[in-house]
Amino acid sequence: MFAFAYHRPSELADALAALAASEEAKPLAGGQTLIPTLKQRLASPSNLVDLSGVAALKGIALHGDVLVIGAMARHVEVATSPVAIARLPALAALAGLIGDPAVRNRGTLGGSIANNDPSADYPAACLALKATIVTDRRELSAGDFFTGLFETALQPGEIVTAVRFPLGGEGTYEKYPNPASRYAMAGVFVWRRGDEIRVAVTGASQQGVFRWAEAEAALAAEFGPAALDGLKPDADDMIADIHGSGAYRAQLVAVMARRAVARLAVAG
Amino acid sequence: MRDVTLTINGAPVRVAVDERTLLVQLIRDDLRLTGTHVGCDTSQCGACNVLVDGEAVKACAVLAVQAEGAEIVTVEGLAAGETLHPMQAAFREHHGLQCGFCTPGMIVAGIDMVRRLGPELDAATVRAELEGNLCRCTGYHNIVKAIQAGALAMAGAVPGSGAVPVAAE
Repeated sequence: MFAFAYHRPSELADALAALAASEEAKPLAGGQTLIPTLKQRLASPSNLVDLSGVAALKGIALHGDVLVIGAMARHVEVATSPVAIARLPALAALAGLIGDPAVRNRGTLGGSIANNDPSADYPAACLALKATIVTDRRELSAGDFFTGLFETALQPGEIVTAVRFPLGGEGTYEKYPNPASRYAMAGVFVWRRGDEIRVAVTGASQQGVFRWAEAEAALAAEFGPAALDGLKPDADDMIADIHGSGAYRAQLVAVMARRAVARLAVAG
Repeated sequence: MRDVTLTINGAPVRVAVDERTLLVQLIRDDLRLTGTHVGCDTSQCGACNVLVDGEAVKACAVLAVQAEGAEIVTVEGLAAGETLHPMQAAFREHHGLQCGFCTPGMIVAGIDMVRRLGPELDAATVRAELEGNLCRCTGYHNIVKAIQAGALAMAGAVPGSGAVPVAAE
């Protein structure tokens, strides 16, 4: 690791001030990606601002028909939250599939979406469930927040404070995890409310998480796994690496989408 | 440098560390508690698992300064004097190890499972929960048996009493 100064403020205002004090400052959430990144010297922040002491960023609560999850809510907390399990079970289940138990004891929702790893799980949930990303200074739709591979609309010094998930409809998430890292090789979150359908795909695209418009249109016409027969995203747009070719990932997306739809069709 | 104050295996510790120091480096290099191992150093193998405020974490993916004020328990802190912790005793009883390198992390993972899921763990649950712990010699079968038995023993239940079939496949 390169050297850095470390801060652990307990107030959000102090955290923001520490981040504003240097262009090279970085917030530290659960650290399950950032610390390995620092170890590999792939990042060299001058200052690390640990957000774990900021109480305002924690908590999971129902506000009317919206589940509000603090940015520093850990995966284990979302996975086991009674209100999340009762009102948004697909999201709780997704949180329980991230990494492994020790990683879930540290990793956070805010850290995951701010990093926007193309293989992370939460971005698919945010996009499919029409989440609103709340930052210290504004609110963004998930579609506006995720802008590309490891890219978000966050400005320097801006942090995610909470994510609002509107309730209603039904959804499910199907993931094919990489056997070693447990990151999604392909993860598909399908959500529907009446005729409104959203299909969000993570793990597969070179552009990061995306809505699969063709699948949404096909499912709007007829909701069932058969509606997706023959449908695949373009293999040339998919990630090709040592874990799998673009064609392999396109096939995985199609299979995960059909499984998710089949499960929802049975449930509904 | 920065002072870190924490509790390790029940003893208060105050030590000056470089901000870059990993928790596992503090434990092994500064405190000389070498029971916590570094296998992969990439968050995958779980050999460096320790309990931080009761929860299993990968000490290679946590900075020592993040543990300020925390209660850390390593494998050295589990036994009560000469009496092994029930999870340790179960690993011995069921031969849940071969070379032993992964064992400290496995034991910590097992204790964390009991904390979150209770003492009655079926084999499939234990296998799924061991997602983040790699063993490269025993093949997991006896590790699963050991964690199931250790979980029951932690709750004071008698293994073989029929509460849960151990290593039911």
